[in-house]
Amino acid sequence: MTTVPIDLPARPARGRLTSRGSLPGFGLSLGMTLTFLSLVVLIPLSGLVWKTASLDRTALLHAIVAPRALAAYRLSFGAALVAGTVNVAFGILVAWVLTRYEFPGRSLVDAAVDLPFALPTAVAGIALTTLYVPDGWLGRFLEPHGLKVAFAPAGVAVAMVFVGLPFVVRTVQPVLLDLDLHMEEVAATLGASRLYTLRKVILPAVLPAVLTGFALAFARAVGEYGSVVFIAGNMPGKTEIAPLLIVTKLEQFDYAGATAVALVMLLASFVALFAINLLQARVGRSAQARR
Amino acid sequence: MKRAIVIGLVGLGLAAALLAPRAQTARAGGTVKLLNASYDPTRELYQEVNAAFGKQWQQKTGQSVAISQSHGGSGKQARSVIDGLEADVVTLGLAYDIDAIAEQSGRVSKDWQKRLPDNSSPYTSTIVFVVRKGNPKGIRDWDDLAKPGVGVVAPNPKTSGGARWAYLAAWGYAWQKPGGGDASARDARARDFVRRLYKNIPVLDSGARGSTTTFGQRGIGDVLVSWENAAYLLVGELGKDKFQIVDPTVSILAEPPVAIVDKNVDRHGTRAVAEAYLEFLYTDEGQEIAVKNHYRPRSAAVAAKHAGTFPAIKLFTIDQVFGGWHKAQATHFADGGTFDQIYQPGS
Amino acid sequence: MKDPRFLRWTLLAIALGFLALFVGLPIVTVFVEAFRKGMAAYWEAVRDPETLSAVALTLLTAAISVPFNLVVGVAVSWLIAKYRFPGKRLLLALIDLPFSVSPVIAGLVFVLLMGARGLLGPFLERHDLHVIFAVPGIVLATTFITFPFVAREVLPIMQELGNDEEEQALTLGASGWQILFRVTLPKVRWGILYGVILCNARAMGEFGAVSVVSGHIRGQTNTIPLQVEILYNEYNLSGAFAVASILTVLALLTLAGKKLIESRVRVRA
Repeated sequence: MTTVPIDLPARPARGRLTSRGSLPGFGLSLGMTLTFLSLVVLIPLSGLVWKTASLDRTALLHAIVAPRALAAYRLSFGAALVAGTVNVAFGILVAWVLTRYEFPGRSLVDAAVDLPFALPTAVAGIALTTLYVPDGWLGRFLEPHGLKVAFAPAGVAVAMVFVGLPFVVRTVQPVLLDLDLHMEEVAATLGASRLYTLRKVILPAVLPAVLTGFALAFARAVGEYGSVVFIAGNMPGKTEIAPLLIVTKLEQFDYAGATAVALVMLLASFVALFAINLLQARVGRSAQARR
Repeated sequence: MKRAIVIGLVGLGLAAALLAPRAQTARAGGTVKLLNASYDPTRELYQEVNAAFGKQWQQKTGQSVAISQSHGGSGKQARSVIDGLEADVVTLGLAYDIDAIAEQSGRVSKDWQKRLPDNSSPYTSTIVFVVRKGNPKGIRDWDDLAKPGVGVVAPNPKTSGGARWAYLAAWGYAWQKPGGGDASARDARARDFVRRLYKNIPVLDSGARGSTTTFGQRGIGDVLVSWENAAYLLVGELGKDKFQIVDPTVSILAEPPVAIVDKNVDRHGTRAVAEAYLEFLYTDEGQEIAVKNHYRPRSAAVAAKHAGTFPAIKLFTIDQVFGGWHKAQATHFADGGTFDQIYQPGS
Repeated sequence: MKDPRFLRWTLLAIALGFLALFVGLPIVTVFVEAFRKGMAAYWEAVRDPETLSAVALTLLTAAISVPFNLVVGVAVSWLIAKYRFPGKRLLLALIDLPFSVSPVIAGLVFVLLMGARGLLGPFLERHDLHVIFAVPGIVLATTFITFPFVAREVLPIMQELGNDEEEQALTLGASGWQILFRVTLPKVRWGILYGVILCNARAMGEFGAVSVVSGHIRGQTNTIPLQVEILYNEYNLSGAFAVASILTVLALLTLAGKKLIESRVRVRA
């Protein structure tokens, strides 16, 4: 519920007399929406567009593909991919466990899944760093085996797993709840093994939701700053995440560089949003089909 | 029509809420307010200075003064002032950053450095090393930092003033080593040395404080390259039993400058106080506070009084080795400069 | 058709282990580190004047951005749930935009727009209006980031519950405002409440965007998360975690609130 993007209803509301709707207030709500959407979201974003337009095309291109920027994209996108995959694997598991099994404290665990969403990013950042530094509770076991987490790309991935955790769980949970248990029982009586049922019945049903959750977790992880910036090493070319690169460029008076990297990230956000929207429509459709 | 009113009301509500707090920050009952945008390691220094200056100003003029502080990497603070941070004075880590404010926004007049003695630098510092107690890796001098297997902690030269001084100190050390040959040979040797040193750095914090925390609290690295004053602070606060200071044979004379932000003080009407504030730093009282906070004083008298507090390190200036900050910035820290080059993959 | 016992226990163990590792441990760390130097040090850190002013600024920011986003969120949800018109999908995407944009970019766009050298810079300067590096900038950036939060919770519920009651009220002669306040809002009140507490949690905890637009003026333009960062970078680990614990407690309360609301809600989106 928290993390699923808003979407259009599967069927239009009943009782329409006019083409728009008979309820009053269209003008006001439209006016308010457009006015404040523009003031708070669109006009500020236009500042970015304006800045881009005022920049030299070649300088911008150079900044976008500069080696340091490329390394930052590689890290941010790469670690987000790894984190997203981890979140998919464990997210499905957690969703399964929460919907199918009864155990003491289930309500508590269900609430805990939302914690990364409610906790401030900076708090998460310093807590994670403290855990994974060489003399932290986890670091002291990992470091001697050469598993560097703090100040290494692995740490970036760990922080991203944390922030993306709720997304897959929350998109898969409703689908699992909705799944007709009858189908699984029928499959079992017909002699299907549990694993077969899993592959042929359950997984296809949750796949769109899983992909949606992955896209959401990915988009969130790529842009994440507070949770990641404390545990990353911030070494240019090695452990510098893209959002930090933007901040660093800003602090060096390099507006062109900051804008360039920001553009790339915005583009990625749009693509992710678009994918999520498409997937969401498919989830809606398969939910329709199941009803 | 009604819609417009409702929308307008909500918008006005937001605007009013946004701008209301501003009313409180204006002069409140005769207290003059100053904002000092400073670089990273000076928190303790200015806490003391602000208290002392406040007392002195009160005695002299009967007016009370409240000084707010903002701290951050020197470059970052300069950028903030350029972008509109309403600082009355800037007390940054290096002259280049104040030059940038003057050039890019005109808020500081271009002749700022001549307005106060000693190039507007009331105290100096240098770059030293901090190591773990007992010095397990046997760090004695700059060369040890470039050895393989040594973990070095230093901040990011692109954002931190101290980091730039440190980088130039390392470069300068290698450059002026005897037997170096001609200028280009020296450059090559310096570049190689600095490259090897920076390869030993696992994490680049954006400010000197971040590095000190990384080394001191998080236990990363074997040696911290730091402002001298920050090094003393670290050892003092985190334990003489855990850390010790190692002075290199040669280091750079770091001159953190101060300036008033002309456009801002004229608009706030705080020029007189701001000028007195900066001049206070040069007085005996101000210099004593500097020494207490481990800064090397400019005043010969105060220095004589505390002779022996500061180790005698051979210090070169940025003018001697690099021809001044503008050249150094362009050669080393601008886009594509030597710092960027040593971070190229495969270099 | 239950899974075999052994499988159940294994899966449960793995799932709970994963959650304990990634969620449980960090929370525990916050409180352990906060109290490492004892209760006295903890209270000192929390009562420090800079911390208190950070709390005040955080509360002020939330007090402005949350009600604003509530009002606009309800308007947006009403618009999309009650009417048919072209471009809904685009509108939804635009409204959701702050949710998918990196917080640093959110801060950057405000600097680009309202910094001294920004698009509106000269205008603001001429009228002596200080937005960036002052409190208004922090509030604006926070409002931007939390813009979609209320709409995201209220809209699905409005859609799910349909418009029948509203249309009945219309035939009975109710005005638009009456329908809104007496029919619709009561229907979606749990969604509103949940949206508000989420919006609040994010508004108070926002770090990236605020970090870019704040001047980091101690005691004036630092929110709680920024103060946490400052303390963390100043050898004051226990102080940083002490301040962080304030927001952690808030996060835990947010989750408790959510559980409470869920137990009252009969409709699940």
